[in-house]
Amino acid sequence: MAAAALTSQLNALVNNMFAMGLLDDQFQQLQMLQDSTAPDFVSEVVTLFCDDGERIICELSRQLEKPNVDFDRVDSYVHQLKGSSASVGAQKVKNTCIQFREFCQQRSRDGCLKTLDLVRTEFYDLRNKFQAMLQLEQQIQACYPKH
Amino acid sequence: MSTKTVPEPEPHVLAVDDSIVDRTVISRLLRSSKYRVTTVDSGKRALEVLSLDRNVHMIITDYCMPEMTGFDLLKRVKESAELKEIPVVLMSSENSPTRIRRCLEEGAEDFLIKPVRPSDVSRLCNRVIMK
Repeated sequence: MAAAALTSQLNALVNNMFAMGLLDDQFQQLQMLQDSTAPDFVSEVVTLFCDDGERIICELSRQLEKPNVDFDRVDSYVHQLKGSSASVGAQKVKNTCIQFREFCQQRSRDGCLKTLDLVRTEFYDLRNKFQAMLQLEQQIQACYPKH
Repeated sequence: MSTKTVPEPEPHVLAVDDSIVDRTVISRLLRSSKYRVTTVDSGKRALEVLSLDRNVHMIITDYCMPEMTGFDLLKRVKESAELKEIPVVLMSSENSPTRIRRCLEEGAEDFLIKPVRPSDVSRLCNRVIMK
């Protein structure tokens, strides 16, 4: 596929992510930090976010399966996910983490489990879109021969 | 006799954050403002770096970290005769006035709310390093 068509597909995907509320303007701030001195900055941060988020979600599942849930510990993992979501502009995941922390403060296992399901769905939806975005970027780069 | 202008060395910033995502973002923000950056993932590692490298112009640290918090690191720096002149800037995603006041009273130069923006870094450059 020609570079122009791929670029338009990429723009449509990213615009859709903004329109769906998955991303906020922090993601644009990251895009602005990418330049010739750091050409892969966005893909580096997005990949770190996806790996770190997956680790935290697995840890949250493990913590909430325990007979005696340590809600302070759960809260500290949710705080980590909220922080990295805010840093990449993952607005929807960040907002769900805010709700999740309220259930941690209420010591509500049911509330935490329900919000974990929600945050997991939102995170993997975002991750799939980020992966599609990175794939399109790679295809676009491959259209231009390196000098 | 000709004179050559020697370029000023880039200010060296020690960035401390337990989150790899946040470390990567803050490091890029600082580098894009022409700082030389060393990143570490804990207050303990920060103190190790500071014991080896006396040429740190600013410390920017996350507040909420396991074991040694950013506040603990700030106190350790301000209590040290060798390190106390290094400006320390705290960062947190939570806008807690009590926490901010406590850090400023303990000698922090500034307190930034995450996510940190390029405008925050420009402000730091003007206020802290160019002092």
